[in-house]
Amino acid sequence: MSEPVRPEMLGSCPVPLAHPEQIVLGHGSGGKLTADLIHRFILPAFSNPYLDRLDDQAVVEISGARLAFTTDSFVITPIFFPGGDIGELAINGTVNDLAMSGARPLYLAAALILEEGLAIQDLQRVLDSMRKAAQRANVLLVTGDTKVVNRGKGDQIFITTTGIGVIEHAWNLSADRARAGDKVLLSGSIGDHGMAIMSQREGLEFEGTIESDTAALHGLVAAILAAAGDGVHVLRDPTRGGIGTTLNEIAARSQVGMAIEESTILVRHTVQGACEILGLDPLYVANEGKLLAIVSSEAADAAVEAMHQHELGREARIIGEVVAEHPRMVLMKTGIGGTRIVDTLYGEQLPRIC
Amino acid sequence: MKYLDEYRDSRLARSILKEIRRVQTRPWVIMEVCGGQTHSIVKHGIDHLLPEGVELVHGPGCPVCVTSLELIDKAHAIARQSETILCSFGDMLRVPGSECDLFALKSRGADVRVVYSPLDCLKIAREHPDKKVVFFAVGFETTAPANAMAAWHAKQQGIQNFSLLVSHVLVPPAVATILGSPHNRVQGFLGPGHVCVIMGSQEYEELVARFRVPIVITGFEPLDILEGVLMVVRQLEAGRAEMENQYARTVQREGNRAAQQIVATVFEVCDRKWRGVGPIPQSGYRLRSEFRAFDAEEIFHVGEIVTHESPVCISGQILQGIKKPHDCPVFGTACTPQAPLGATMVSAEGSCAAYYAYGRHLNRTQSAAPSDRSTRR
Repeated sequence: MSEPVRPEMLGSCPVPLAHPEQIVLGHGSGGKLTADLIHRFILPAFSNPYLDRLDDQAVVEISGARLAFTTDSFVITPIFFPGGDIGELAINGTVNDLAMSGARPLYLAAALILEEGLAIQDLQRVLDSMRKAAQRANVLLVTGDTKVVNRGKGDQIFITTTGIGVIEHAWNLSADRARAGDKVLLSGSIGDHGMAIMSQREGLEFEGTIESDTAALHGLVAAILAAAGDGVHVLRDPTRGGIGTTLNEIAARSQVGMAIEESTILVRHTVQGACEILGLDPLYVANEGKLLAIVSSEAADAAVEAMHQHELGREARIIGEVVAEHPRMVLMKTGIGGTRIVDTLYGEQLPRIC
Repeated sequence: MKYLDEYRDSRLARSILKEIRRVQTRPWVIMEVCGGQTHSIVKHGIDHLLPEGVELVHGPGCPVCVTSLELIDKAHAIARQSETILCSFGDMLRVPGSECDLFALKSRGADVRVVYSPLDCLKIAREHPDKKVVFFAVGFETTAPANAMAAWHAKQQGIQNFSLLVSHVLVPPAVATILGSPHNRVQGFLGPGHVCVIMGSQEYEELVARFRVPIVITGFEPLDILEGVLMVVRQLEAGRAEMENQYARTVQREGNRAAQQIVATVFEVCDRKWRGVGPIPQSGYRLRSEFRAFDAEEIFHVGEIVTHESPVCISGQILQGIKKPHDCPVFGTACTPQAPLGATMVSAEGSCAAYYAYGRHLNRTQSAAPSDRSTRR
């Protein structure tokens, strides 16, 4: 081994970039930069037992009722895309964040930030989608707000939805409840939403259109809970950052390792093709209608069976298990039999040169 | 999937691995030249499926990694100017210059854009006649035709607010440098598949004849790489040194003539400094004098740039296959993809970054090159 490293040996360049001085796009990626932002600035400012759990929703008890409470902002470009639009996404996203606690979603609030110049027709189309999505999810939009900003100060329309739901069982679902021996379940194919957006943005055309998978998952969650009960330890919808990021979050929160198998993870051909062309890994591409469930080994088969009976879980599979070894690390057996790490990304996934 | 799953079939992989084990009787050191191959090897865990006696070392073929720090700083200085739009392939944005990376410059107000094709820059240039649009033209022979085409179109269409900051590098001179080094331990090569799609395989025949070393032009999917390794091992075991083509489904001996023609029209070969390795004669492209009007280095005078590389970084030896990432004392500690110290950690295709992302769970002894395993041919 060489001599020990002294700070001056590291030279003046390149400067470590772990803490940028300004907000960069990667802070919104869901990866390490996002975690860094939360841990360095948000948690110190507001730390409390609910927030510190870092779940997609808080579960609070009010006069004996257990309520799930969450909020999410939607800033997507383009606002209309194959398989959905920003309005449908804004309803389904918040419904899903509530559902992942096992709650029955009830009421939503929506704040619309509109950019000067947005076509009224486009606004109408977005509102129609929101109305239909809320009806499908059986939630009421009960309050809201609208603001308009100068042209150039927004991107057509930003939507923030806040939701509340009721938990009608005694089980606790949280990212810190994964235990060695538990099975990792995935409800269907990955990467559909992210690649629908990317291919629209880049003007890529394929033999079949890639459609966003945006869907409200509370019905699927109810089916899983009815079949597997307290055997269900964690539910998460792998949105921004994809299943790679979500599995790492669960592994970190539960202080466990994960061992998954590439061959069991379903990626549609068009999605795989688009990922190959753009040099992206589908494990890190966003989903808007899929869930990961960490379920005890005893209850796993019943949970998968229940998912298969539900429209949104027909392609559900066990993709791996929780292990005591390599805590906080997700390892994947590759299709050809090798092993690799599935790491948390630093920031945005970047297309490669060649 | 058609043309993808076929090249990731575990049953076929096992049978090729079995054949490699059968024919291999002595230890061999094989280098894959391309960053894309390195990425695939580590991502699919191929290196650890190979028998112990077949060691893969990783070559200089990551164009982002070998782009000199001076040129990166130059790109940053250009991006800082208020009248410019700097366009780049995505993976260049996170590569740190002496002060920061392009993402940070963007967050401070610089207009930095990711493009998939340099031709997109021409569109941007037309849409922003008041701006100077600069494309950071990084890459091997693979990306040269599209970059050349952008300059050619700009000239044809009289687009005057477009220029290229050229950092093109060429594979054969780098391979010759590795083979000519007294420290060389590479005994056979997986040649760069995509580069050869453009340039053909003749240049590699010359290297084979000059250095008596087997080169098998190889693709990027797991089965491509395993088959390439098998072909190299067969040659080594038989004492042969030939140019073979594993990637025959895309590589033809003469390459893509039209692409070569546009490259020759726009670019000429020049000396180039490789990050981590140093200057290599006749190892890059620059714009020909007829296209100097599109040369960002001529257009922008950014002053003298003096850079300092970390003295602890061993990326030069890694790029030449002399050492591996795990041999570095600061791998994964003082040097990570978040805070890279040198060439091989800065891009996802650099071997240090690939090891960090996919293979740091493997302990050192599994991956490190035994130091006594010198050339045995």
